[in-house]
Amino acid sequence: MSKLKVIHYINQFYAGIGGEEKADIKPELREGAVGPGAAFTAAFGDKAQITHTIICGDSYFNENLEKAKKEILGFVKKVKPDLFIAGPAFNAGRYGVACGTICDLVQSELGIPVITGMYRENPGAEMFKNSVYIVETNNSAVDMRNAVPKMAKLGLKIVKKEPIGASIEDGYLPNGVRVNFFDTDRGSKRAVDMLVKKLAGKPFTTEYPMPDFEKVPPNKAIKDMSKVTVALVTSGGIVPYGNPDHIESSSASKYGEYDITGVMDLTESTYETAHGGYDPVYANQDADRVLPVDVLREFEKEGKIGKLHHKFYTTTGNGTSTKSSKAFAKEFAQKLLYDKVGAVILTST
Amino acid sequence: MNLKLGYIQIRDIQFAKTSAIKDGVLNVNAKELEALVLEDENFASVKFDIARPGESVRIMPVKDVIEPRVKVSGDGDIFPGMISKVQTVGSGVTHVLKGAAIVTTGQVVGFQEGIIDMTGLGAEYTPFSKTLNLVVDFTPIKNLTPHKYEESLRKAGLRIAYEIGKLGKEITPDEVKEYEFLPLLESIAKYPNLPKVGYVQMLQSQGLLHDTYVYGIDMKLSLTTMLSPTEVFDGAILSGNCVSACDKNTTYHHQNNPVIEDLFEQHGKTLNFCAMIITNENVFLMDKQRSSDWTAKLTKYLGLDGAIISQEGFGNPDTDLIMNCKKVEEAGVKTVIITDEYAGREGTSQSLADADPAADAVVTGGNANQVITLPPLKKIIGSIGHVEKIAGGFKGNMAKDGSITVEIQAIIGATNELGFNRLSAR
Repeated sequence: MSKLKVIHYINQFYAGIGGEEKADIKPELREGAVGPGAAFTAAFGDKAQITHTIICGDSYFNENLEKAKKEILGFVKKVKPDLFIAGPAFNAGRYGVACGTICDLVQSELGIPVITGMYRENPGAEMFKNSVYIVETNNSAVDMRNAVPKMAKLGLKIVKKEPIGASIEDGYLPNGVRVNFFDTDRGSKRAVDMLVKKLAGKPFTTEYPMPDFEKVPPNKAIKDMSKVTVALVTSGGIVPYGNPDHIESSSASKYGEYDITGVMDLTESTYETAHGGYDPVYANQDADRVLPVDVLREFEKEGKIGKLHHKFYTTTGNGTSTKSSKAFAKEFAQKLLYDKVGAVILTST
Repeated sequence: MNLKLGYIQIRDIQFAKTSAIKDGVLNVNAKELEALVLEDENFASVKFDIARPGESVRIMPVKDVIEPRVKVSGDGDIFPGMISKVQTVGSGVTHVLKGAAIVTTGQVVGFQEGIIDMTGLGAEYTPFSKTLNLVVDFTPIKNLTPHKYEESLRKAGLRIAYEIGKLGKEITPDEVKEYEFLPLLESIAKYPNLPKVGYVQMLQSQGLLHDTYVYGIDMKLSLTTMLSPTEVFDGAILSGNCVSACDKNTTYHHQNNPVIEDLFEQHGKTLNFCAMIITNENVFLMDKQRSSDWTAKLTKYLGLDGAIISQEGFGNPDTDLIMNCKKVEEAGVKTVIITDEYAGREGTSQSLADADPAADAVVTGGNANQVITLPPLKKIIGSIGHVEKIAGGFKGNMAKDGSITVEIQAIIGATNELGFNRLSAR
């Protein structure tokens, strides 16, 4: 098997051209490995080879961004490598941003696998960790001998489309994708160890950093309900009997939209729940308990509400990720707006 | 309280004419057990089977898993308030039939029972692929309501485990572990320089087949309270759950609560394990507020320095978890919480239904939405009928060759929130 073709992107410093005074040099394509490229050559062994190196000054890249991007992309297009690597940049800010920018570009524009490496506090890390794999390094070049083998290994995995392990296993910065893996110790022991550290004031690493939880402010109160079309929306899984769209009992991949024109009451033989997270006995006996069509029909008759919207929207909230729920609601909220619905009663279970 | 657990290592289970343990082999007379089960008129019939580690066997749908134990000396008896009389347990000597488990199967509601594979990829995700399982497959009488069926099924499983456990009473255990849990003031006096640590166990109590029993009391009816962790080893806490398989605590999980074991492991070394608090996960906001207030109040009253809080279930109980964590931290007690994640099949969603910056020390049992394909296995114990409908399944998830694709939430104990497994996520 022939070796995979790799392009390596580095800055003027690692190319041995010079420091800050040479940071304005233009992009240059050289054949073979330069500087840290030698370490990559060793790490790749007989699997891959750096055929070309692109060198660019950090100031030039950041001050002539569009031009630099075009020039570098041109080099990559010409060589058509199997893998594009950049850095590692450690804690060098402009170099890190350049590595991230160019990797992101090569990956999205040319579809070529990319890998870079940097320190977690490098500004390039925050900007690009969710779009390209960034191997986590220490904050100085002393870490080169650890960083290079990790980058080479993960890079090859990406090229070969092998499954990527959790960030902690493959050494990349957490990228917002949660990946399961088997840890060395069971969870209870990890919890006890973490608590002992926390109590002693020693550093510890949480396994799940808390997200910024999105709060939705409530709308203004409706002054006159008798003029308003009210819709029913539920995460309680109420569906026509037989669950015609096969909404999953947990981790729903879709929502249902069902017409209730002329339906005055949900009965045991016409509606049921698809939800697997609660005892379905009472909802199956009378689905109005979760989706109160009967009561709203009475309100409609009594003139308490304008009317009940002729469609309802439903899914199972059970085990369904917040991301999926948000996507469903975004879609049917537009339909509700289009149908001039003025209020929604949202029921859960 | 002082409890000695004597572990009798079980090497195999065999059907035999006489029930007994001989040289580590558990011999079971199925006829006798059948007669015992059929004393309950809610059952039409019952079948017994044995599933061993490595065998090409899939057990489904699983209701509960129970470890056979017997009280050799000390007050009370195993499963107090449910199978035996109410009397405080947790001291004396208890024998454990290590390596054996009673697995009950029976479809109660269709969605909420899980899978145990004894071999293949699925086996890596459930601890019960490593136990020798006496599987009991129940058929109820016609028109039995799910609630009655659940109760009968739960009690029958416990009764069988109790009977089998008794076979170990006279056997000399292979290993004995001693657990001592002192009254609070004595514990503090004994370890004045160690941080005082408590364990807050949240018990599933959403009701309607999501129930946990403590000394026979349905936990949703209880205020947050305390007990000795050694009581848990004697079956003081029992599962009555029909919820998603991956993160429900079976009775076996309670009997072998790993948080208790690992806190005891560090007791007297790096910490002083001096309190266990149990609280519920009720559905009403008022109940959540009351229970989490009491949890925080107790941790403060006890003067704890730190606490581990474990969750059961997901979604709705995420709010209980975060309320407990936040309030306990506000009371000046440092926390570590154990949970699991629903980050979507791609792993890109927010993982919990609630969050707070106070929860800065989290242990995760993994992403329950991860999809895996379980290979076809030769033998099915129970029935495969609901594989599309169970929580974690979906339409068309069974291939022609019998392999099934599910989220790991369909596998019993896969993302357990007592920290029973090595599975984690990043």
